[in-house]
Amino acid sequence: MKYLKTNPSLCKGIKACEKSCSKAFFKVEDPGKSAIRVKQTDSGFEINVCNQCGECIAVCPVLALKRNSQGVVMLDKKLCVGCLMCVGYCPTLSMRTHPDQREPFKCVACGICARACPEKALEIAER
Amino acid sequence: MDENKVFEYTRYTEGIETMKAAHKVLAEYVFTPSLPQKGYNNRSLHIDLSTLKFTEKKIGEDMKKTFTGGRGFGLKYLWDAIKPTTKWNDPENDIIISPGPICGITQYPGAGKSLVVALSPITNIPIDSNVGGYFGPLLKFSGFDALEIQGKAKEDVIVVIDGVKGKVTIETAPRESLDSHVAAEQFTHQYASDEADLRNVSVVSAGAAAAHSLIGCLNFSYYDMRRKVTRLKQAGRGGIGTVFRDKGLKALVVHGPQVKGDMNHPADLGRIQRAGVKLHKEMHDFDDKMCTMRKVGTTNIVSVMDAYDLLPVMNFQYGSHPDTKNIDKTTWIKQFTQGIPDGCWYGCSMACAHGVDEFALRTGPYKGHKVVVDGPEYETAAGCGSNCGIFDPLWVIECNFYCDTYGIDTISFGTITGFIMECWQRGILTPERTGGLDMSWGKGESQLELMHQMARGEGFGLIAGQGVQRMKKIFSDQGWGDYAFLNDIGLEGKGLEQSEYMSKESLAQQGGYYLTNKGPQHDEAWVIFMDMVNNQIPSFEDKAEALYYFPMFRTWFGLNGLCKLPWNDIEPGDNRTKNAPMDAAKVPEHVQNYVDLFSGVTGREITKEEIIKMSERVYQFQRVFDLRMGKGTRKYDQPPYRAMGPVTREEYESRQERYDKQVKEWMNIDPAGKSIEEKMALHRKYREDRYQKLVDAVYRRRGWTSNGIPTLETLKRNGIDFPEVVATVLPHLSEAEVKEVRTAYVATKKAEPKENKKSKIKKKASAKNLKPKTKNKKAAVKKTKPSPKKVKTIKKIQVKKKPAKKVIAKKKAATRIIRKIKAKVKKAVKKAAARKPVKNSKK
Ligand code: SF4
Ligand code: SF4
Ligand code: SF4
Repeated sequence: MKYLKTNPSLCKGIKACEKSCSKAFFKVEDPGKSAIRVKQTDSGFEINVCNQCGECIAVCPVLALKRNSQGVVMLDKKLCVGCLMCVGYCPTLSMRTHPDQREPFKCVACGICARACPEKALEIAER
Repeated sequence: MDENKVFEYTRYTEGIETMKAAHKVLAEYVFTPSLPQKGYNNRSLHIDLSTLKFTEKKIGEDMKKTFTGGRGFGLKYLWDAIKPTTKWNDPENDIIISPGPICGITQYPGAGKSLVVALSPITNIPIDSNVGGYFGPLLKFSGFDALEIQGKAKEDVIVVIDGVKGKVTIETAPRESLDSHVAAEQFTHQYASDEADLRNVSVVSAGAAAAHSLIGCLNFSYYDMRRKVTRLKQAGRGGIGTVFRDKGLKALVVHGPQVKGDMNHPADLGRIQRAGVKLHKEMHDFDDKMCTMRKVGTTNIVSVMDAYDLLPVMNFQYGSHPDTKNIDKTTWIKQFTQGIPDGCWYGCSMACAHGVDEFALRTGPYKGHKVVVDGPEYETAAGCGSNCGIFDPLWVIECNFYCDTYGIDTISFGTITGFIMECWQRGILTPERTGGLDMSWGKGESQLELMHQMARGEGFGLIAGQGVQRMKKIFSDQGWGDYAFLNDIGLEGKGLEQSEYMSKESLAQQGGYYLTNKGPQHDEAWVIFMDMVNNQIPSFEDKAEALYYFPMFRTWFGLNGLCKLPWNDIEPGDNRTKNAPMDAAKVPEHVQNYVDLFSGVTGREITKEEIIKMSERVYQFQRVFDLRMGKGTRKYDQPPYRAMGPVTREEYESRQERYDKQVKEWMNIDPAGKSIEEKMALHRKYREDRYQKLVDAVYRRRGWTSNGIPTLETLKRNGIDFPEVVATVLPHLSEAEVKEVRTAYVATKKAEPKENKKSKIKKKASAKNLKPKTKNKKAAVKKTKPSPKKVKTIKKIQVKKKPAKKVIAKKKAATRIIRKIKAKVKKAVKKAAARKPVKNSKK
């Protein structure tokens, strides 16, 4: 199963990942539209991103969430009714919403952010 | 649940193409489909089945402001459609389905409800019923805020609303089944364009028994994508299914567009999303620790009720039973398929709409079929289960299934069967009188046979289907039992069977049941816990406050197309620590969510207080509506004594210690040496008095006279002092009250500058667009304030007439006066209009 592996100890908080993610999927540099989020804490930085655990799949009433052949949990916008149950049920709160968007969005382990991170705090891995 | 599980059900889709080919289109109407803007389409669809005519009605700002939507629209349309003399089976009786402005949002749990209103066959007053399923939202996304069905079809018909093509048809459908689980599947598959489209079709149907009884319910369907089957939710109460069948309706079908998260075109999507995610997260974090709604739905309270002696057992004689464990959540968690998002509309993370899957039926025409059963919910488990002494979950499920598919209200049926079984226990009913049915406690087979008889329209089932109120009379007329006793033990109010809580030890709940507009139903004031278990509302005034706040608050859900469960069946984790107990019961954070939802959808900023105001307008209007139909006075707010205290020796003895203690503590009388009968009489007097005191306190709080009539001040305060409304209450008000109005009237008239009067009348007339039948709105407005002279005339009539005829005469007089005023004002306005150009008068 493919997923985005994080190494927060290497993170310097420049948020290149957030920018590249929102740019890639929403054509803007807006942290609110990024699937990955970096937050400063007392002890450094915290990186929050989907780990492809699949818990959200079970709550979707219309079967809009499925794993693809690589094990990545994908959201089918055509089927999705924007109920956001998957958002409330994600154990790590990594399914995102934005008021401009009627459907939620999440990390699809594409690796764009990993390539944008100069500190190598992110990588695409297999589990 | 295993993701790839394929459920095995009996399917009913074979031959549906031939069935559909047999349809004959009787009438067709073309419309422009639309999506709501800020929650409203601003139009409704009226269908007359007698004339096969379709009419679109505009919904103006005033209508929205006064009635909001849902139940409010339903009551308003019903008021306009019927006369005080209308009977439930007259063609003008109107079935209105209205979803409400918030309905159809997908982000917040419980936002897919429709409100159904009609004149009830069982109570002869308006009934409203709140139901899930996809019909309401899909109707709204087709372009209508309400659907109204009047008239009667000459033969059985279906109405199909296609919100994609913009077409409504009335068709014959001679071959499809009447019974809901079959009809829903057949019509869903007929009108969906392909498999992916199945979820965009919803069917409303009743069933075979709805036509032979007065307690028919409606089933609203939705397509469950995971189970790949149509499922049903019920508009249960008050016999609307009976009206539906009486109109010759086999089904209503709606085919809407594919649902998306922004179809209401809300004013502020982000605000709704925030509220939704917050609640989903609460469900995720706390449901397992709180009500376990996601696992067992409302059945979680069966054991709680039993523990507190509040579960109805054997026709509400007792409040608990050793076998309750067989029908409590420990059973249902095994019977219900776990791990499926079981919401009755998209986005309900509370997901209480559980199903018993692949259930093999054991009786009736579908014996051997494998079906999915919706529920049982608490009310069904308690009503069809413990209240009938039935503690076998399989019978409860079977009963639940047949009630649904035949179109019968499980609550009424449970209370009816409990009553019949007690009549059997006491020898009022015998095998000769039931046609051989052994109606002993716990006889599931007999209960089911009674139900099948109802569906076949034969035998004792026909009598049972008349409801408790009529059975009391039938049995005593036959000389089988004493009316007073039958009246004591038959749990109904205003003709509606009581829902399933034992209220003997909770005075507030007695009021919660019997001081309702539609009859004893839990959705209005469920205060039993607050009163009895938590002792939070000890004084009459406290109870009156609760019986003001909660009914008003809960009415609001029905105005907006919402479910009440996500309000307080889950709470924020700190609700109980952060708030004082009484406030905690209102779940302030969730009330704020509702403020956000309403304002977020409609763009109209409201406050928490406005929620109560919006509801009260409709609530008081409904009270006057009851009055208009001949009920709505104190006399009709009285419970049968079983709801208040022990009727029989056995009941007293079963709780002797408690009752003796009450004699001592409440009445200050030493119970020692007194016979059971004496002590029962003491209780009865005490409890009946106490109830009257509660009624007084509640009436005061609600702004009603001691006879339960909303005063003119109350109507005015709520902005519903429309001519017909005022005319309805006027004959019931005291001289002092009428005098007060006269004084106020004279004062305002004096204060009003002469030249402003006309324009004020005009302004009011356009603001209060209430009475379509009155062509001249100015005249209508004038009528709200009868002149002092007219008021005097009413008083005279009041004095002259004999007491028995007083009310009728007063009503007639009021109507006469109003007619006169109307004519006068009409004349005056005509004159004025002749002088002024019309365009000015519209300002
Ligand atoms: S969005 Fe959340 S629940 Fe879904 S796979 Fe990612 S981490 Fe798991
Ligand atoms: S928001 Fe979309 S993907 Fe998430 S649970 Fe709802 S329908 Fe499924
Ligand atoms: S809580 Fe239950 S009844 Fe209410 S909307 Fe959700 S599934 Fe439907």
